[in-house]
Amino acid sequence: MENNNRKKEQILRMSGAAVQKCMRCGKCSATCPSYDEMEYHPHEFVYMVERGDVEKLLKSESVYKCLTCFACVERCPRGVEPAKVIEAVRLEAIREQGKNHMKPDQIPELLDEDIPGQLLMMALRKYAK
Amino acid sequence: MKIAYYPGCTLKNKAKDLDRYAIEAAAALGYELEEIENWQCCGGAYTSAKDEIATKLPAVRALANGRDNGGRVLTVCSACYNVLKQTNHEFTVNPDFDLRVNNYMKPDTEYHGEADVLHYLELLRDEIGFNNLAKKVVKPLKGKKIAAYYGCLLLRPSDVLAFDSPENPEIMENFIRALGAEPVIYPMRNECCGGYITLEDRNQAKKRSSAVVESAKDMGADFMITACPLCLYNLTKNANDPIPVRYFTEVLAEALGLIEE
Ligand code: SF4
Ligand code: SF4
Repeated sequence: MENNNRKKEQILRMSGAAVQKCMRCGKCSATCPSYDEMEYHPHEFVYMVERGDVEKLLKSESVYKCLTCFACVERCPRGVEPAKVIEAVRLEAIREQGKNHMKPDQIPELLDEDIPGQLLMMALRKYAK
Repeated sequence: MKIAYYPGCTLKNKAKDLDRYAIEAAAALGYELEEIENWQCCGGAYTSAKDEIATKLPAVRALANGRDNGGRVLTVCSACYNVLKQTNHEFTVNPDFDLRVNNYMKPDTEYHGEADVLHYLELLRDEIGFNNLAKKVVKPLKGKKIAAYYGCLLLRPSDVLAFDSPENPEIMENFIRALGAEPVIYPMRNECCGGYITLEDRNQAKKRSSAVVESAKDMGADFMITACPLCLYNLTKNANDPIPVRYFTEVLAEALGLIEE
């Protein structure tokens, strides 16, 4: 439990998001383009982090399904910034020793000749520490 | 007039056209884009985590360089624009970030967010003016129905970027009108193409990109324009039934008569 609390505080600090302002309207999840791919949805990230229920989120593939499109941030009526919560959970997950989601040497096999450099840089940012 | 120019990694590589036409069209409109010396890749994605410092330093170096060379940094790529502007903004809201960046970099002159970040489209709208641009058009794109694709990075978060209305933008549509073509307004123009997920989950990227392209086609678009190399990749490679997607700088250069037949 104590460990959970420490992780919750760390996630809140990293995200800077005001999870306590959430009124559970679900608008963030309704607008999320990755909704169907996620086990936990944006409003659930907000709610579960607030409750300190972070272990499930840290282990879920959902953290890698967020596109960082910021639609949820833009459209949340309470300024909660769900995408920043998800980003913080993702970083907490990959910062743990040896937990890179994708290793740099996995990337070449995923390439085709038209892939822009920008995409590789982004992937390294998103998946590895 | 000279402006410090941050091309970004993709424009020097896969998106050479975006770069070349940007420079040539700017010259035709009276601006000299001066590439920032020794610029490094912005990282492609802004990490919103408050404690991330190292990944933001290349952007800070570019910003400081812009401040020292005319006060501004001009970008063409949506991702560079988003990263530079969000990084710059962090100085104004996060004193801890400011302190740690300056402690780490130990620059001759400390950087505190002084530079202005400018997107090429903003230069056209706010300084040159779309009316004046229209007067310079020698080959109007008459009869063309063009769908502007904004995606995410140019618009959000809107309180930081302040580029245009996040839900009802019009800068690219006005750009299209200035070139003599007809803009196509379609519902998905500010929804995500799938972004970087294409690397890990191409299926999801296909769904997102197809939805965007279908929406543009439903409204009668002949082709689409974008400022983002990753959007261009996703829309052309991942949509089920794609239509042509071009960089906005290329159509600009075409309308200004800078492209040989
Ligand atoms: S949109 Fe905002 S207030 Fe509504 S559920 Fe999502 S985070 Fe909570
Ligand atoms: S930023 Fe992530 S969680 Fe928010 S709407 Fe986009 S994909 Fe969904």
